[in-house]
Formats: sequence, structure tokens, C-alpha cells
Amino acid sequence: MSQTPAPAAPRADHQQSVRLRRRAEARRTGGSILFHAFALAVVVVILYPAVWMLMSSFKESSEIVGSVSLAPTGGGFENYAKALEGIGGISFWTFVCNSLILAVGSVVGILLSCSFAAYAFARVRFRGRNLFFVCMIATMLLPFHVVIIPQYIVFNELGMINTYWPLLLGKFLATDAFFVFLMIQFIRGLPRELDEAAVIDGAGHPRIFFSIILPLMKPALVTSAIFAFIWSWNDFFGPLLYLKEPGMYTMPLALRLYVDQTSTSDYGAQMAMAILSLLPVLLFFFAFQRQLVGGVATQGLKG
Amino acid sequence: MAGTTIARDPVRARARRRSRDRSTRAGYAFLSPWLIGFLGLTAGPMIASLYLSFTDYNLFTAPTFIGLENYQRLLTDSNFLQAAKVTALYVVFGTPVKLAAALAVAMLLHNSRRGQGFYRSAYYLPSLIGGSVSIAIVWKAMFIDEGIVARIGEVFGAAPAADGGWVGDPGRTLPMLILLTVWQFGAPMVIFLAGLKQVPTELYEAAEVDGAGPVRRFWNVTVPLLSPVLFFNLLLETIHAFQIFNSAFIISNGSGGPAQSTLFYTLYLYFRGFRDFQMGYASAMAWVLVLVVGLVSLLLFRSSKSWVHYSGDDK
Repeated sequence: MSQTPAPAAPRADHQQSVRLRRRAEARRTGGSILFHAFALAVVVVILYPAVWMLMSSFKESSEIVGSVSLAPTGGGFENYAKALEGIGGISFWTFVCNSLILAVGSVVGILLSCSFAAYAFARVRFRGRNLFFVCMIATMLLPFHVVIIPQYIVFNELGMINTYWPLLLGKFLATDAFFVFLMIQFIRGLPRELDEAAVIDGAGHPRIFFSIILPLMKPALVTSAIFAFIWSWNDFFGPLLYLKEPGMYTMPLALRLYVDQTSTSDYGAQMAMAILSLLPVLLFFFAFQRQLVGGVATQGLKG
Repeated sequence: MAGTTIARDPVRARARRRSRDRSTRAGYAFLSPWLIGFLGLTAGPMIASLYLSFTDYNLFTAPTFIGLENYQRLLTDSNFLQAAKVTALYVVFGTPVKLAAALAVAMLLHNSRRGQGFYRSAYYLPSLIGGSVSIAIVWKAMFIDEGIVARIGEVFGAAPAADGGWVGDPGRTLPMLILLTVWQFGAPMVIFLAGLKQVPTELYEAAEVDGAGPVRRFWNVTVPLLSPVLFFNLLLETIHAFQIFNSAFIISNGSGGPAQSTLFYTLYLYFRGFRDFQMGYASAMAWVLVLVVGLVSLLLFRSSKSWVHYSGDDK
């Protein structure tokens, strides 16, 4: 096609790659229907337990176990009414409030303490930084069981059992290294020229952090806040250790108490309560799925 | 050259030192919440639990030093050995299956532009809710008695489950919990997908031109280029798997049963420490866990040198 010999070689190359790509594309559209059929089948299998749980919450208890079918059998909202009655005289909303206090407290603590630490690691040069960085990474891999016994002993001595202090203190002291790491990675991606310009203007580290870095960190803060909220909301082990009085219980503890107290056959109300306790997590998921999945993709966070 | 002149210039050197001092002060100020947390809630307690592991301590009377006795007792404690066995089986079978599923689905999704976002989110959802008490209760309801899993199994000709369904059958509780972790393949899948995006398409095209089929392209292009991500996922998922607690606790009603088939390591540690208040013994268990997890991580790091390729490595 081309008369001039010089560009002929690259163009032929180009044509071959176009042909290859087209052939690949044709194969792709052929396989595309197959792909979507398979991918949707996986979606069905994956979401089946969740949908089954939702549908069961509208069924009568006798019809839940053993039923493969998803169609509700006219149990209506009875199960939810039962779940909302609360447990042993304690209102359902008490548990919601307790969980909310802890979740919001965790978010505030993590955003403050972890962004400070992340700024120090990412932008300030000081003696010992590399050593501490290694320590911080190591705490991410450390099984936390090695610290809970002495922590429990100390909190017990301080009379803090059955309070929220043991569950919140660590959040304000940046013990969740995952969030520090996530924020460090984000700050490292910000152009250094911004800091340097501020230094020339006579700004010190506090001003650089509060008026330049912190506002720019918003995406990382949003992702961290969502994860912090969900992890706190789902946390079971911490509350199980420290909260002894049902009036202090969070949703997961209340759910467990509910399952223990209701006769084992009352699955309908259990499912309704399980749904209610997952509801905030599901709402966060539908509202922020992009940030959540993006956060996992870039940081390798565990969900 | 320039450096030496600056260093010899006393005025500049002093200015530099002052700025370095200021920087150090700022660094420690910003780091202080983390540093206090690290010393007070991580490093300090680690040392304390190491000490406690050599003592007999029940929280009410002062700890008495007993040397290595806790560790010696571990070796003959049949419950401990059962817990170690159950946890090891869970790690060894659960993690590879989960990662294989994650990689397979990631490769499938990677080739399709359309709908990728939707599928990615849908597959990720279980990772977000899978560790919750709610899902553990649902899992139990699905596998109990003549539950839906037993029904489906019978359709495919599986032997009917014993009394209590899978939940009551000591031989099936572990597979049931492994299924629960495999169900949460979404998080590593998302990480694999991000890794696959980094693999340049030219490499696949070049391999195709050279006549490499899909299998060879997988082993010779995908696996080497994805190996850092594979290593990262393997390390984190393995460490994570050692620490399974919530689902086993809920499904066994806080008992580790039936027949101790769900007596995972952390469950037994919890029983010893916070039910029996044998703080010394539980601390010894915690330190054994740290050593085992550390050793496994070390072995993974060692082995990674032979199979993980970082780009620009082999030139």
C-alpha cells in the first residue's frame, strides 16, 4: 500500500499487530457470551448465601432450614418486629448506639493518629525513622494474640473492664498499622514540590501538614474511614473480651446473645437480626464500593 | 566536593544542624501517638507476655516463676495438639484453594472490559462481611441438620450427613469453615487484578507471535510477572488464616466442638486465658503462635528468592 520503502517495515509490523489484535477481539466477542454466562453463574453462587439470608428473614422459622427456595412464605415483617424487641429488656437501639459510639470513635482516632504517623514516616527526616518504619511494618504481620493478655491484665488493674477505653485507646495511638501504611503510600504519591514551595515560604512541618498535605489526603482519609467503621462495626473479639454487661454490648455481641437465648429453631428472627446488624456495612458497601475495592487494590488491605 | 565545602563552612553547618534538629523534633512530635501506642500497647505487652509465659498466673495472685514448665506442658496437652492440627489443616488447605480461586477468577475478569467493575464488586462483597457474626450464623443455618447444603448434597448423591448436619459432623466442620474462607476470595482477587493490570500487553502479544499457547503464556508470562503479588497475597492470607476465630466460635457455640473439630488455636488460647484465667499458659501459647507465624513467614521469604521476580531483576 505504501509506496515509500522507508516506513514500510514498521507499517507492515503495525498491520500485523492490528490483524492479531482483531483476531483476538473476534475470539473475545465469541467468548464474551460464554464469559458473562460463567461470571454471572459465579455471582449467583457467591451471593446465594447473602440472598438466602435476606429471604429467610421474611420466612417463618419452620420453613427456613432445609429450604433451598428463596421465595418468602408470608412470614412478613414478624421476624423483624421480634428482632427489634431487644434482648432481656435491653432495647435493640441500645446495641446500635453502642456500636455507633465505638465505630465513630474508631474512625476519629484512626484518622487523627494514623495521619500524623504517616506524615512523619513519609515526609519528615529524623534519626530512627527507618527503624521505626520496620517496627511498624512488623506489627502488621504480628498475631495480636501476643499482646492481648498483658493488655487485658493492665486494663483490668485500671478498672477499665466493661468500658470502651480498651477498645478505643489503641485507635487513638495508631496501632492499626494498615491505615498508617495506606496513608504513607498516598502521601508518597503527592508531589514534593508542594512541600518545598511551602518551606521557601517559611512554613514549618505543622503548617505543611495541616494546610497542604492533610487537605490533599482526602481520598486516603475517606477510604480509611470506611474501613475503620466497618471493621469496628464487625469486631467481635475485642468486645467479647472487654464488655461483660449486656447494656454495653455491641451488635455482634448482642447477636450472639440473641442466638444463645432464642430457641435454636427460631431462625427467622435470628436471620432478621443478622440482616439488621449487617445493614450499615451493606449500605457502606453500596455507597462506597469504588473506594473500598480501590483501597484493596492499591494497598492490599484485607477486607 | 560541594558537600565538603558546606561541611567546613561553620555558619552553614550550624544552620543545617539547626534545621536537622527542628526536623527531628517535628518528626517525633508527629510520630508520638504511634510511638506511645507501639511502646505501650505492642512492644511492652510483648515483653510482658514473654515473661508471663514463664510463670503461673491466674490474675488474682501474683505470678510465680516456673521456668519452661508451660512450654513443656504444651507438648503433652492433647487439646493443644488438636488445636495445632486443626489450625494447620485449615491453613494448608484453605489458603491455597482460596488463592487459586482468586487467581482464576481474576484472570477471567482481566480479559473482559465490559462488566468488570460490577463483577469485581460483587465478588468482593463476601470479603467485607465474611468475618462477621451475622455470616457465621447464616453459615451455620445453611449447614445444620437437614439444611440446604445437605439437601443439595443429596441431589448430587452425597451421603446424608450425620445428626446435626455438617455442623454436627466432626469430619465436615473443617471443610465447612474452609468453604467459608474460600467464599471470601474477593479481596486477594482484587489484588491479583491490580497486579494483572501491570503486566504489559506487549508481552502477551510477543508470546502469541512466538506461538505460545494459553498454558505457556500463563506459566511463562503471567506467573513470573505476577509473582510479587502472588507472594504478597500468600504471606498475608497465611498469617490471616492462622488467626481464625469468629466463625469457629459462633458455629461451635463457643465450644470448639463437635469432638473438638473446630478447636482452632486462637479459640483454645481464648479458653485457657479468658475462661480458665491461666494467663501464663495462654501467654506461652501466644508466643508459640508468634514463633510459628514468624518461622512460616521466614520460610516464605526465603523461598520467594527462587520464585518471585521483581521487574528488572534478571538483567
